[in-house]
Amino acid sequence: MSEENGLIYRISGPVVTAIGITPRMYEVVRVGDEGLMGEVIELHGDQSVIQVYEETSGISPGEPVIRTGQTLSVQLGPGLLTQIYDGIQRPLADLEAKMGVFIKRGVDADGLDMAKMWDFKATVAVGDEVAAGAILGTVQETETIEHRVMLPLGKSGVIKSIESGEFNVTQTICTLEDGTEIAMMQEWPVRTPRPFVQKYAPNVPLITGQRILDFLFPLAKGGTAGIPGPFGSGKTVIQQQLAKWSDAQIVVYIGCGERGNEMTEVLTEFPHLIDPHTGTPLMNRTTMIANTSNMPVAAREASVYTGITIAEYFRDMGYDVALMADSTSRWAEAMREISSRLEEMPGEEGYPAYLSSRLAEFYERAGRVQTLAGGDGSISVIGAVSPPGGDISEPVSQGTLRIVKVFWGLDAGLARQRHFPSINWLSSYSLYPQALDQWYRDNIASDFPEVRTEISALLQVEAELQEIVQLVGSDALPIDQQLTLEVARMIREYFLQQNAFHDVDTYSDLNLQYAMARAILSFQEEAKKAIAGGAGLEEVVNVQARTDLIRGRFEDGYADRIEGLVAEMSKQISTASEGN
Amino acid sequence: MSGKEYRTITDVKGPLVFLNKTEPVAFGEIVQLRLTDGTVKNGQVLDTSNDQVVVQVFEGTARIDRQTGVKFLGDVFRLPVSKDLIGRILDGAGRPRDGGPPIVAERMADIIGAAINPYSRRSPESFIQTGISAIDACTSLVRGQKLPIFSAAGLPHNDIALQIARQAKLVGSDDDFVVVFCAMGITAEEYNYFVSDLERTGALENAALFINLADDPAVERLITPRLALTAAEYLAFEHDYHVLVIYTDMTNYCESLREIGAAREEVPGRRGYPGYMYTDLAMLYERAGLVKGKKGSITQFPILTMPGDDITHPIPDLSGYITEGQIVISRELHQKGIYPPINVLPSLSRLMNAGIGPGKTREDHKSVSDQLYAAYAQGKELRGLVAIVGQDALNERDLQLLKFADLFENKFLRQSRDEDRTIESTLDLAWDLLTNIDTKFLVRLDQKWIDKYHPTEKKE
Ligand SMILES: Nc1ncnc2c1ncn2[C@@H]1O[C@H](COP(=O)(O)OP(=O)(O)O)[C@@H](O)[C@H]1O
Ligand SMILES: [Mg+2]
Repeated sequence: MSEENGLIYRISGPVVTAIGITPRMYEVVRVGDEGLMGEVIELHGDQSVIQVYEETSGISPGEPVIRTGQTLSVQLGPGLLTQIYDGIQRPLADLEAKMGVFIKRGVDADGLDMAKMWDFKATVAVGDEVAAGAILGTVQETETIEHRVMLPLGKSGVIKSIESGEFNVTQTICTLEDGTEIAMMQEWPVRTPRPFVQKYAPNVPLITGQRILDFLFPLAKGGTAGIPGPFGSGKTVIQQQLAKWSDAQIVVYIGCGERGNEMTEVLTEFPHLIDPHTGTPLMNRTTMIANTSNMPVAAREASVYTGITIAEYFRDMGYDVALMADSTSRWAEAMREISSRLEEMPGEEGYPAYLSSRLAEFYERAGRVQTLAGGDGSISVIGAVSPPGGDISEPVSQGTLRIVKVFWGLDAGLARQRHFPSINWLSSYSLYPQALDQWYRDNIASDFPEVRTEISALLQVEAELQEIVQLVGSDALPIDQQLTLEVARMIREYFLQQNAFHDVDTYSDLNLQYAMARAILSFQEEAKKAIAGGAGLEEVVNVQARTDLIRGRFEDGYADRIEGLVAEMSKQISTASEGN
Repeated sequence: MSGKEYRTITDVKGPLVFLNKTEPVAFGEIVQLRLTDGTVKNGQVLDTSNDQVVVQVFEGTARIDRQTGVKFLGDVFRLPVSKDLIGRILDGAGRPRDGGPPIVAERMADIIGAAINPYSRRSPESFIQTGISAIDACTSLVRGQKLPIFSAAGLPHNDIALQIARQAKLVGSDDDFVVVFCAMGITAEEYNYFVSDLERTGALENAALFINLADDPAVERLITPRLALTAAEYLAFEHDYHVLVIYTDMTNYCESLREIGAAREEVPGRRGYPGYMYTDLAMLYERAGLVKGKKGSITQFPILTMPGDDITHPIPDLSGYITEGQIVISRELHQKGIYPPINVLPSLSRLMNAGIGPGKTREDHKSVSDQLYAAYAQGKELRGLVAIVGQDALNERDLQLLKFADLFENKFLRQSRDEDRTIESTLDLAWDLLTNIDTKFLVRLDQKWIDKYHPTEKKE
């Protein structure tokens, strides 16, 4: 088969041109004497252009290129959780075992452990008719997550035999009447979205325990959010907070072109952090993809697809999945780098003209769906964006904002004051509250949406008053407006600020969030009364009980104590006015 | 395939040479060019195909003609590594510059360096005391971190880097640092300043220097930091050294990168710098850290000068996106006569949280640092307001914050070039200054730290 084997014609960084083969687009090929993995990304006359997932120095024209007939796929089955992969699903632990701490090239590794035996429990019986996507049985993959083994796409029929017992991922667990043999592992091409029956409108919030997010700018399960911000403004910390505390059942965390140490941090922390929802280590529900900034750019380009395909697979089991991509800008830059090597006609700022459609296709893979198995699953996608110079008028930010429904805009000015999370409460938005309000009314408090509106309104008013203060100083304002400024300060310092590194403050239950917001409104109410009764602003603001209320949030058991603290504050404020 | 000399140059453009028809030449291969006058230049393959090879010439293409002989050496660029690198001064291409003998190689190391497997890293978490309060309290450095100094022309970044190199120590350990110093396009005067300081303190014997000066070949600068980092990796991961890599000036490095991009007629990214500059810089900066099973470490201190003092310029911007924080030098503070003129507000150490706290620095460190930031940021902002409305319009709280901002600059930031403060004295000094603000305004401080450390309100 002479057609299957070609030769390298040209090498330019990660892009290699081959002659003598006629592959299909996106086919995986083996490049050079070392058999480096590559993917065909352009066909051009008799030349095939290949992006290579490993370093290419030392490779020469004339070395062989071999077709595989496969498209870039991931292996799906038990063993995905707790794993950390590179951009093309090679387990980093395996790479370490094979070549030490530095990643050399030319090493293959399966995405799943082929030898490991799993305890499979069939949930369908002989004679049952099953369609693609149907759940055949389960495996307890980690302490908390039950892996639901599904019939691969393209297969259907009547079960001829099925067995519970110990199997590895490639052994046959089930045969169909037509003789088809089914194993637990299936493969899926990463650039193709996995199918589902239909999409639903999201109507349940993804609860993150981050006050500013849950309360002011909530994300729905199955929703999309973008976090643009300059370096050091807190994108990664927010992503990690969501990976830690959000109430998704499965988390896929993609470190795309970012720092190695940030992945190490997740790896060292997660096995010790306890998921507040299940009481077991967070690692149990997590899969990580780490293709750091210094790893090959072509694999960085692929990493996002690898991650979202794994997310879809768990969604299809009926889980709520949250996927974080940090940072989508590095993904876009990988596209730009490859595109420029292809000498494609550049669009804005050198990015390829298809940038915005790629972004849209990616976020489109989020959503709440009815699965083929008939269940309900979702993928929420949260993408960090790293705009050059922090200026979001650039193509990646703009392309993202056109698609996502939640915008958490990070602000360098806030970060500099160490106001964290440094989400700008004036420019950020969420388009979900309307769809979620009923949920809040039913599950948290009947007036939850109204309290939120009041808090946002106070922040708006503060912004307007600040403009006047900049001109005349705050003492020149009437006392009721000075009070409004104090209330707004309380919102910012007590409610919006939240220290991710503080054992207690790092996570706020939604009920507590509501209680804290109410506490602020109580302060406002009591203070207004007291001032009307002749009390001075300072007296009211400085009552000891308010300081206690504010500092108390750093202590355990705050949720139980907050009501008492508020009552005490009200009492002290009204006493303050009696003195006059 | 080495040995054969080609005389098939077709085009010469900027630092690039284009050749026709050769035997297969590898991507990244090292090239020797012999000019008709006998001079030898060095280069590296940037693009290779059956028909054409593109070579970047480190020493520039002056006097190269079509008769120039081009020899492909059949290997990628390598540095001879051995412990003998310590105490040596090499040029920007790794040749002795100190008149000493060639380095006897224990082995030849590929200078591109392989990526550290993220799974194989160890988290940096050992606090390095620099003796500089602004850094130790507010942007704490840890061993294995990459923390650049963002400076600008005419500011004392070299003094700060040298002070750090002199004073840096791990509290409670006697492990010493070896310094790898890498100069890219700095002036001879700056270079002499560095060397004489290292000499004065005896650090030179414990240092390896890679020097490309302003009048050395510009394209060579693309190699120099890779040599320095290859040496650092060898010393850290094969001989357990704690290596402090200081490189300066990254801005010159990036200019060389831009020059190559332009000569290749690549589609430029922002402000003419190549679209792959982020990746390229990451391949330097990410060569910092700690790895499993090895005792040594690489801590990086890149220095870069921000063109036009602009922190959004691609060079500081892309650096900031990769490094683990930044120390920003301020012209305004410098003009006020404050040394070290570190503006802590835009400065950041991303690894600080892992390196401070009980058993490492002190239990109140994080709280104190947050409070210093918040109070200084607010105080500084109020200066603007005072300029418009005068002090009379300020309330008590504002007046206290305003005063604090001045004290912070004059008492806390300011210290002399040889003043080496312990972390305890730095934190105590911070508490002293915070007494100028009523505790009820100090909302970043946990009550328990006030009870324990506040000079006038502590409960003994
Ligand atoms: N919620 C938070 N609480 C406390 N500190 C934070 C928070 N968010 C960010 N930070 C601080 O800001 C630094 C930079 O945040 P990071 O998420 O790494 O920024 P980015 O990813 O935008 O560059 C962190 O190292 C941390 O010190
Ligand atoms: Mg980040």
